[in-house]
Amino acid sequence: MTDLFAARSQMAMSLAFHIIFSVIGIGLPLLMVIAEWRWLRTGDAVYLELAKRWAKGAAILFAVGAVSGTVLSFELGLLWPNFMRFAGPIMGMPFSLEGFAFFTEAIFLGLYLYGWDRVSRGAHLFAGIIVALSGVLSGIFVVIANAWMNAPTGFTMVDNTAVDVRPFAAMANSAAFSQTLHMTLAAYAATGLGVAGIHAIMILRGNTTTFHRYGLAVALVVGAPAAILQPLSGDISARYVAREQPVKLAALEAHFTTQRGAPLHIGGWPDVERRETRGAIKVPYGLSLLAFHDPDAEVSGLSEFPRDTWPPVAIVHVAFQIMVALGGCMALVSVWALWRWWRARDTTGITDHPALLRALALATPMGFIAIEAGWTVTEVGRQPWIVYGILRTADAVTPMPGLVVPFLVFSLLYLLLGAIVVYMLRQQIARAPADDVRPGDSR
Amino acid sequence: MIAFLQGLTAAEWTAWVVVVALNAYMLFAGADFGGGVWDLFASGPRRREQRELISHAIGPIWEANHVWLIVVVVVLFVCFPPAFAAFGTVLHIPLSLMLIGIVLRGSAFVFRAYSYGPRTEQRRWGQVFAISSLVTPVVLGMCVGAVASGRVGDALAAIGHAPAAVLPSSASSVALGTPRASFSSLYVVPWLSPFTIAVGAMALALFSFLGATYLTVEAEGDAELQDDFRRRALGSAVSSMVAATIALELGATRGGVMARLAGIGWSLPLLIASGLACVASIVALLQRRYRLARLGAGAWVTLVLWGWVMAQFPLIIPPSLTIDAAAAPTRVLTDTLAVLAVGGVILIPSLWYLIKVFKTEN
Repeated sequence: MTDLFAARSQMAMSLAFHIIFSVIGIGLPLLMVIAEWRWLRTGDAVYLELAKRWAKGAAILFAVGAVSGTVLSFELGLLWPNFMRFAGPIMGMPFSLEGFAFFTEAIFLGLYLYGWDRVSRGAHLFAGIIVALSGVLSGIFVVIANAWMNAPTGFTMVDNTAVDVRPFAAMANSAAFSQTLHMTLAAYAATGLGVAGIHAIMILRGNTTTFHRYGLAVALVVGAPAAILQPLSGDISARYVAREQPVKLAALEAHFTTQRGAPLHIGGWPDVERRETRGAIKVPYGLSLLAFHDPDAEVSGLSEFPRDTWPPVAIVHVAFQIMVALGGCMALVSVWALWRWWRARDTTGITDHPALLRALALATPMGFIAIEAGWTVTEVGRQPWIVYGILRTADAVTPMPGLVVPFLVFSLLYLLLGAIVVYMLRQQIARAPADDVRPGDSR
Repeated sequence: MIAFLQGLTAAEWTAWVVVVALNAYMLFAGADFGGGVWDLFASGPRRREQRELISHAIGPIWEANHVWLIVVVVVLFVCFPPAFAAFGTVLHIPLSLMLIGIVLRGSAFVFRAYSYGPRTEQRRWGQVFAISSLVTPVVLGMCVGAVASGRVGDALAAIGHAPAAVLPSSASSVALGTPRASFSSLYVVPWLSPFTIAVGAMALALFSFLGATYLTVEAEGDAELQDDFRRRALGSAVSSMVAATIALELGATRGGVMARLAGIGWSLPLLIASGLACVASIVALLQRRYRLARLGAGAWVTLVLWGWVMAQFPLIIPPSLTIDAAAAPTRVLTDTLAVLAVGGVILIPSLWYLIKVFKTEN
């Protein structure tokens, strides 16, 4: 394992681990705030119970997210000092803003978790709203920094030095809108459907308390619209990549030869040596239509670009297929659930439908897997660049040798931590009320 | 003093913001680390009460306290990227160890708080929390000692470095290949020496002292519990003084930054003031005037930090990298300072509210 590959692996592993927690940290506070608001509106104690349960989950996940995020902020310097020396000043503004969002989140999460009996109901709900807002803002800021790596702007290169650095112009880079939209929707879709799935599983096991029905309903209110909107946001992202990073588009579609009316490859394995994709279902004109909304549009193939600027084609293509397939399933399940809910004017439309419940249960992990796959597409797809078109990843890595050691140590640490978090959350879920919290309720 | 302040560059102002954030991290999170240490060494008939008090005191605020470190790191890599890159490279090993400590500590704390498992399981999380609270400040102190000793700067000279915003492939001074010096001389020797160990021990003792002193106030209403932490505070105050003396002695003999501590006008008065604050907090503890002791403890730690900073001013990495030379373009500094000022308007009232809600009852 080369040092560069070890550094990339450690970064990838740290991001893959952290992102699960940040995504839930964005979505779960919204669920708990909605539940608390329903409790204040209706006086129904089941909603309060839900808010408290979700808050406990949020506390555990936030803590692990905070420390794994700290690791990432240090790893930028531990693994990529040469990148940070160049890019830190230019792309640092969103990180500064994220620092504040994160600070606000930590302060109000403390108030929310420990303040049930110490502040007024209104102040408590307000604290929850701030947590939910600052969580989504944190995510947006961090993704803007990543978008800059795809679309570096806000400076002028003179003799290999960035001059006339404009931090806010760097934030307003062209990739920022499509990436933040896609990621924010992904966070709500993954968390919403993830939580809905857990409640669906409990209902399938015969635990049909109002607790689980309310939980399912609130989670769907957040997750389903996001999942349904996500393909549209994906279209915006794909067209952006087609326009600005054609080599990435060619890799994710496993498209080797430039042509008009390019077909879309579904599945298949790209053979980089022979420059062809085998075993894929070809949809005529599909790629031109999707990438440019025009069946005759010309789509550049990988052969158009120097070989040393190709990302690893197979990984990017497969990850992209996984993301799209899972996103599609999530959107379909969401449409189905909302349709049944609307038809019955009541969540019984969902809870009395075992096939739909099973589909929801199946969708539980889909959003998270899709997010991992999606980040693989955007990060591996940007290779060999760390700053697109400007700085190569190989030139950014630390000169320190032996990087396989920290990679293994942190992998082991995160593996252990991941296992413990799963164990803790199972404990939390297992203790969810088995009987109705509200005796005498007939619904 | 006004002349001194007027002479400061934008970079130096920004560097002071980093120090203020580091100061806040030491005063707030440092005390939380100290709490973890006293969890580890909880003893005597009130062992359980001690642990409960610590957990109660830290619970609502430790996440917010931790964020000061993120502020330090972010402002450092935005405004002083060559320094951040240097720390990340030369101090890779201790910073990684510190991160492992931070990860274990933060996770174990919530795992213990939310565990439904058997008591033995909770106790195990408590041990992980306590042990990592002990190790992390030592490593943090060693990193600070490594910078102050000038050895990070020496290693950097061998590895090569470049100013901010320069592409690495073009900067011939950046050794992207293998540097000629040995692995240990670049990545181990700078942070592993008697001096850095003394500074690490001093950090641990100071954080323990802060933790114990704050806990005497938290324990108001329970005189016995207060006495437990009073003894611990006095013990760690003495340990801090011993460690500080050893660190000063070692630093002076090695010709590092400590030898020049009196060289810059501000350092000596700060050193004397820190000694006075130390004596004042010990006297206040002896007289059981706990709130005064807490004030003195905070002042002591603050003055020690500023004493170090002023001793190496205007260098960011001794022996030669100045704050100005390591700074990002001025526009970045002014924009960041503006954002920090605006952010502070939201942040400081929020922090004040948090502390008011959870700390006024005592």
